[in-house]
Amino acid sequence: MSRLEQFTDQWLPIIGKSVIETFQMVGISLFFSVLIGIPLGILIVLTRPGQTLQNKFLYQLSNLVINIVRSIPFIILLFFILPFTRYIVGTTIGVKGVIVPLVIYTAPYIARLMESALLEVENGVVEAYTAMGIKTRSIIWHVLLREARPSIILGLTISTVSLIGATAMAGMVGAGGLGDLAYRFGHLRYEVDVMYATVFILIVLVQSIQSIGNRLAARLKKD
Amino acid sequence: MIVLENISKEFNSKSGKVKAVNNVNIHVKKGEIHGVIGYSGAGKSTLIRCVNLLERPTEGKVYINGVETTSLPLPKLREARNKIGMIFQGFNLLKTATVYDNIAIPLKLLGYNKAEVQNRAEKYLEIVGLTDKHKNYPNQLSGGQKQRVAIARALAQEPEILLSDEATSALDPETTDSILDLLLKINRDLGITILLITHEMNVIQKICDHVYVMENGYVVEQNNAIQLFTKPTHPTSKKFLNTISQRNLSPALISQLHVTGSVTRLTFVGESAGKPLLAGVSKKFNVQPNILTANIIELKNGIIGNIVIHLMGEKDQVNAALQFLDENGVGIENLEGQS
Ligand SMILES: Nc1ncnc2c1ncn2[C@@H]1O[C@H](COP(=O)(O)OP(=O)(O)O)[C@@H](O)[C@H]1O
Ligand SMILES: [Mg+2]
Repeated sequence: MSRLEQFTDQWLPIIGKSVIETFQMVGISLFFSVLIGIPLGILIVLTRPGQTLQNKFLYQLSNLVINIVRSIPFIILLFFILPFTRYIVGTTIGVKGVIVPLVIYTAPYIARLMESALLEVENGVVEAYTAMGIKTRSIIWHVLLREARPSIILGLTISTVSLIGATAMAGMVGAGGLGDLAYRFGHLRYEVDVMYATVFILIVLVQSIQSIGNRLAARLKKD
Repeated sequence: MIVLENISKEFNSKSGKVKAVNNVNIHVKKGEIHGVIGYSGAGKSTLIRCVNLLERPTEGKVYINGVETTSLPLPKLREARNKIGMIFQGFNLLKTATVYDNIAIPLKLLGYNKAEVQNRAEKYLEIVGLTDKHKNYPNQLSGGQKQRVAIARALAQEPEILLSDEATSALDPETTDSILDLLLKINRDLGITILLITHEMNVIQKICDHVYVMENGYVVEQNNAIQLFTKPTHPTSKKFLNTISQRNLSPALISQLHVTGSVTRLTFVGESAGKPLLAGVSKKFNVQPNILTANIIELKNGIIGNIVIHLMGEKDQVNAALQFLDENGVGIENLEGQS
């Protein structure tokens, strides 16, 4: 008991701070990634050959950009875009400095997951609505996105989990977070208990996000 | 109401150009039900999708209510589409919405106010007989019920025209009949003009006033339903007719019977169906009619009787008998070799 008390006294504030940093990084970058990723996903679906707004140039360009970004490992991306990060947020360190690479890493991933979610929606329903004289914009909102909601939720869940993984590497630029904690204390200073504690928290975190996502998707899915 | 003028549609596919529809003319008057029948790949879907311009014809013009829709700008085209409902083989409902919402959502998107949306949704659910299912989701319904929801959704925009792309092809025969009855009812009670496509002759038989037979992108024969069912001329029309009434006897049987007389198909339509002509023939002439097959086809606008008889007797007597039947309005077709 006293060993546990001693451990919590010593580490709880630090772990708590790391949890908050992780939440911050995941929350903020998820927000911006969704803001970029979802429209990008819609764009590649709608500009695809044979679709409502087919546009070969836009379609191929966005595909190319997504593929290029997705082929760079996060740890390399983090350093590769340092100048860009400095240009956008004025710094390359701390939580602020890591948001840009996290967004650039996650947005194309979300776009791809969005694409496959939207492609699952039967084209026939879109056609039925077009035949009724309903505007394309309404069809995107009330047919495409609505019908794809369960898959979109699942996609966002996967993206969030992968985002948590990426934040672990954010320690490299001094952004903190759980991954950084485990690395600095657990690995470099042989504080094995800290390592176990962070790993445990990460497992619980990922598990809960995944089961919330699954449950939400199941509730929205009606077949 | 619907006029298609010299409509052609060409697709550029990987294997080259495909001319799915070739110079087709269609004219559906207000309140009529016209049907296009053809085998899979004949170009029926492409043709019907040209009516509401889901498919842009490469050549030709489409007129709806006298307005040429092929040259309308998009906002005007949307207005024109509001007056054209469409139902599909695959129903195309929102899986994530209840029956009620499947009807209400399009109405909301078309800008109707809450009260009107509710009024119409309830009214048309009632008409298709699904009021008690309004809270269900599509996957909790049978195929026939899903198609009823789709019909209610189409009717709720209060269209003047209903297009049906194989609406009964995914349904069993009994459900097909009930959906066809529903289509007849909305045609009669709401005065909605219907253009449908199908590969099933019984659909044409039950509800169509006029028939187009389509093959390889061409309309190869068209006529009012009674004429087409009594005097089909194109081989494809005859094949389709054979699917609902057995018209063929084996060539071996026919040539065997020909030795002692003629083998003839008699078709009775309208008033000739009411007279006891066949009985009269054997009294008036020295012939003996032997009925080989007989059937009755009930069309929307009349009844057709088909009898294949073996008329035994001397040649001149047989000919005189046939002439007598012909004069009394009976359709005569000699099954010499085969038809
Ligand atoms: N979007 C398309 N692109 C290329 N070819 C098509 C397309 N739609 C239809 N076709 C071709 O046009 C022909 C007619 O198709 P369709 O109108 O669907 O026939 P049906 O409805 O009578 O079965 C077929 O050969 C089909 O492969
Ligand atoms: Mg078809």
